[in-house]
Amino acid sequence: MSFLTLRAGVVATALTASLGLAAPALAADRELLNSSYDIARELFATINPEFIDWWQEQQDESVDVKQSHGGSSKQARAILQGLKADVVTFNQVTDVDVLAEAGLVAEDWQQQFPNNASPYYSTTAFLVREGNPNGIESWDDLIEDDVEIVFPNPKTSGNGRYTYLAAWGYADRELDGDEEKIREFMKQFLNNVKVFDTGGRGATTTFVERNIGDVLISFESEVNNIRKEYGEDDYDVVVPPVSILAEFPVAVVEQYAERNDNLDLAKGYLDYLYTEEAQRLLAGFNYRVNDETVQQEFADQFPKTELLRVEDVFGGWNEVMDQHFAGGGILDQLQRR
Amino acid sequence: MSSTTLFARAASKRVLPGFGLSLGVVLLYVSLILLLPMTSLIGELSQLSLAEYWAIISEERVVASYTITILAAAIAAIVNAVFGLLMAWVLVRYDFPGKRLLDALMDLPFALPTAVAGITLATMYSSSGFMGRLLAPLGIEVAYTWVGIALAMAFTSIPFVVRTVQPVLEDLPVEIDEAALTLGASDGLAFRRVILPLLWPALVTGTGLAFVRSLGEFGAVIFIAGNMPYETEITSLMIFVKLQEYDYAGASAIASVVLAVSLLLLLALNLWQGHFVKRLHGGKS
Repeated sequence: MSFLTLRAGVVATALTASLGLAAPALAADRELLNSSYDIARELFATINPEFIDWWQEQQDESVDVKQSHGGSSKQARAILQGLKADVVTFNQVTDVDVLAEAGLVAEDWQQQFPNNASPYYSTTAFLVREGNPNGIESWDDLIEDDVEIVFPNPKTSGNGRYTYLAAWGYADRELDGDEEKIREFMKQFLNNVKVFDTGGRGATTTFVERNIGDVLISFESEVNNIRKEYGEDDYDVVVPPVSILAEFPVAVVEQYAERNDNLDLAKGYLDYLYTEEAQRLLAGFNYRVNDETVQQEFADQFPKTELLRVEDVFGGWNEVMDQHFAGGGILDQLQRR
Repeated sequence: MSSTTLFARAASKRVLPGFGLSLGVVLLYVSLILLLPMTSLIGELSQLSLAEYWAIISEERVVASYTITILAAAIAAIVNAVFGLLMAWVLVRYDFPGKRLLDALMDLPFALPTAVAGITLATMYSSSGFMGRLLAPLGIEVAYTWVGIALAMAFTSIPFVVRTVQPVLEDLPVEIDEAALTLGASDGLAFRRVILPLLWPALVTGTGLAFVRSLGEFGAVIFIAGNMPYETEITSLMIFVKLQEYDYAGASAIASVVLAVSLLLLLALNLWQGHFVKRLHGGKS
């Protein structure tokens, strides 16, 4: 059963990651803790050993990278409460901003690394059942009466927030910014949601294992990985012509890195993510990257699509959080009966 | 040593260290483990004005979640009262092969991580799961409806009823029902008038505990609930949502409502039980 193999695979990678990292830990001169989002576990389990080799070559020093994964906001909360992570690799700009507000991360963290401190990016895409029986090509098709959608709750999941914003951004463009009509569109969209799981992996399980819904909306990377894992014959990936740019921000948690005497190592780790070698690994996990050579290599894998920026459509994450997702905000209003 | 001196010594000296020390340790432990977290919860609340507090706990969507949670918990508790009593009865009054195993199984919900229970239930009762497939043609939907929520709550809270009723029933000699029967009572009458009144306090306490446990359940319920606003959102999820927004005070506000309901109910149960025992002993407790 594919589900079991995935689970077994996850456990195996987690085990080998922890064991594999534990072994050289005896000899490692230094240790780095990377706090990251839930579904990046396998990604960083692949990247970390490569980084360790790279650092050894460059600096002639053995290091060890430890992983800590959970919901992005949960991880940020843990760091606020004292988890001594040296770097964060999140899927939400706001989660890093929270750390910046608390003085743990530099104010100008987005300027410290290229591309808004986002070494890779993705967008939201659709996973539909084989042959796309409902003919779903774009966001319009998702508000038909008989379509059942699965995506995680925007209140509890960054992934869900991107989905909501992508739909809104699309409607905003199609309806020429007529807020009344956009809200109507969004109401129908939210009405078609069958199950509101609390996170991305939960939504995947609902769609794939429990066979609920006609379309799963998630990160393009996740959707492609699911298809690869669960059977390319059973599902199709649809990347809508217009979607949202989902950046995956990284930052050095300066206060802790400094205390751990890891400032250079932390910066080196994040720099490494921009190298061609790491970009290739990232593309292998179906994330879009900026490195031009790698982009060309993987061109077939990523259909051309127009990606809306949160800054352009909504004026930035602070505005988005205040207006849309805060208690009593637009999302709450849309879901009011 | 004569037996009288032995008893005298036993009366004055206990196996565990003296009352002063024991009570001191108990109070310290209770303060650290129980009261300290409660105080910090109240501390979070002090950041809110009364109006803010009220606005948070009376928000329409949160109120809807109370209704769903309380109704589902009540149904789960009542169902468990009936079946828990039956299970306790069978475990105490009959001997059969596999009895020890059944007895051990009762504690499974305590031992199993509730999230595992939740995922298992959701998989089983979804329209493609093996129970869901059977129920779907009958028009019964369990997963992602309030029925599923009640089911998950019933799963996690059943031991409370069984394990409270069981010891009381064990203390109840079979002779009591036999006496009732020889005096001419029918089976039903003997159960209603003789056995049930004696089990009543334990049964009500167990059911109350099951109810209170269900109010706060998160792991088991969240996967089967579907989490649709106003329809299948439980109160624990609302707390979780507030935490996601870094709104500790808001989360504490909603938590305080659940806590207050639970405490009131537990207090009422204790008072009622004291009253009941008093009446049972003819006014003297």
